[in-house]
Amino acid sequence: MLKPRSIEKFAKFILWCAALFTVTFLVLVLGFILSNGLPKVSWEFLTAEPEAMGAAGGIFSTIVSTVIFTVTTLVIAVPIGILAAIYLTEYISKGPIAGAIRFGTDALAGIPSIVFGLFGFAFFVVILKPVTGGWSLASGALTAAFMILPTIITTTEEAIKAVPDSYREGSYALGATKWQTVSRIVLPSALPGVMTGVILGIGRIVGETAALLLTLGGSLYVPLSLTDPASTMSMHLYKVAMEVGAMDMAFGTATVLIITVLLINISANFIMRGLKRRTTT
Amino acid sequence: MHESQVKIYTEDLNLFYGDNHAIKNIDIQVQENKVTALIGPSGCGKSTFLKTLNRMNDLIPYVKITGEVYLDNLNSYNDYDIVELRKRIGMVFQKPNPFPMSIYDNIAYGPRTHGIKDKAVLDEIVEKSLQSAALWVEVKDRLKQNAFGLSGGQQQRLCIARVLAVEPEVVLMDEPTSALDPLATLKIEDLVQVLKNNYTIIIVTHNMQQAGRISDHTAFFLNGEIVEYGATEEIFTVPRDKRTEDYITGRFG
Repeated sequence: MLKPRSIEKFAKFILWCAALFTVTFLVLVLGFILSNGLPKVSWEFLTAEPEAMGAAGGIFSTIVSTVIFTVTTLVIAVPIGILAAIYLTEYISKGPIAGAIRFGTDALAGIPSIVFGLFGFAFFVVILKPVTGGWSLASGALTAAFMILPTIITTTEEAIKAVPDSYREGSYALGATKWQTVSRIVLPSALPGVMTGVILGIGRIVGETAALLLTLGGSLYVPLSLTDPASTMSMHLYKVAMEVGAMDMAFGTATVLIITVLLINISANFIMRGLKRRTTT
Repeated sequence: MHESQVKIYTEDLNLFYGDNHAIKNIDIQVQENKVTALIGPSGCGKSTFLKTLNRMNDLIPYVKITGEVYLDNLNSYNDYDIVELRKRIGMVFQKPNPFPMSIYDNIAYGPRTHGIKDKAVLDEIVEKSLQSAALWVEVKDRLKQNAFGLSGGQQQRLCIARVLAVEPEVVLMDEPTSALDPLATLKIEDLVQVLKNNYTIIIVTHNMQQAGRISDHTAFFLNGEIVEYGATEEIFTVPRDKRTEDYITGRFG
């Protein structure tokens, strides 16, 4: 017979093992990448253009492209996502239309990114070529925007729902309109949650590779406009590892990618705190 | 003394939550510059009735209202824009609900909403409103601090100041002291006494002593109906209805 106390001890041990495993694995992955990649990272690696398909030189153009691509995607997806979430929660929260839109966003979230890539290729690259320039930052960013919309909508919706109704009542009772209430009370209160969605979205698009292979073009030059083709760090990593076979360059790129994601998250956090301070004190 | 005038009155007012007939045939005349208390046991419809006056029930789906409400002899549901109506009829809630922003911005929220941008004008409104709500002395040195740093009683007075900042004529109070300690309650009650010189006040309260202390008129609600309505003194000393007597003597409720 097992005593409840022994079971308790056993359960605790299992939970501890799971936690330990997670941390160990994380340390292992990061340690492996960084130990292989960090020696490669130098000022020259960061500032020189890639040479010989990426087998030599640096990764300057891919860093620039990653930043431009990410910002462009967010500029498209964040406003649309936030406005859609506001409409869903504050204006039509229980109607059949809301249900249909929610079903749509959930379905969108479940679509594999390569399928988005195929759509992006067929639609933005081929059909809208006169506008997007074919394989380009614009085609890639539009495709990626579709991919992160569900994340941004869902997290924003949750954040808006978490705003206490008493705030809304207080505002309405003062004679504020719905839009005034939403824009001045609800949205500022929901901002930290919205930023979480944005950060998750950033994480997804910075690491996205499959959809971009079909839409972004893979040029190793610094893009001079949104209609120019480009190559993000993730794409570059895939190519140098699988096609060029320059593993040292791949590890170097991965290291810079990890650090970039970290920096983006930290700065997003700063922006969030800044916004929060401005609206709450 | 003001000559008593009717500020708000209702005619055969009914409210349904779906199938639930929550308010039944309410005819009441509320006097200007008086404190009118609505008393009754939980779920008797007094808060729901209060919210029909500034149309807060409009926010709730499945609510159906029949009958009429008049403010200054104009129909609240047909003759007023809802923004205008709520500007003239302010509301203080059961739990203090300051916005998550500074004390200053809380007060300035209403005026800003209604288009006032001039900093000097806003400064003046903020000071005047806080003084009227007997909060100015306590907060004048920390107007830029978050309103959540205030005590519960201070937060409730802040909410009253926030209402006064849009210069309403009527102030509805939905059990404004139920979440407060006795000392904070006393301050709100004193405040109500002062405010009635300039505002018509309708207050829902669970606390019969409170109704007795601060109101001029009292309406006793039971199961969605008004059982008895009259001068507070009479309701508490010589109630006409047996049910009123039972309630105020604490036999139920």
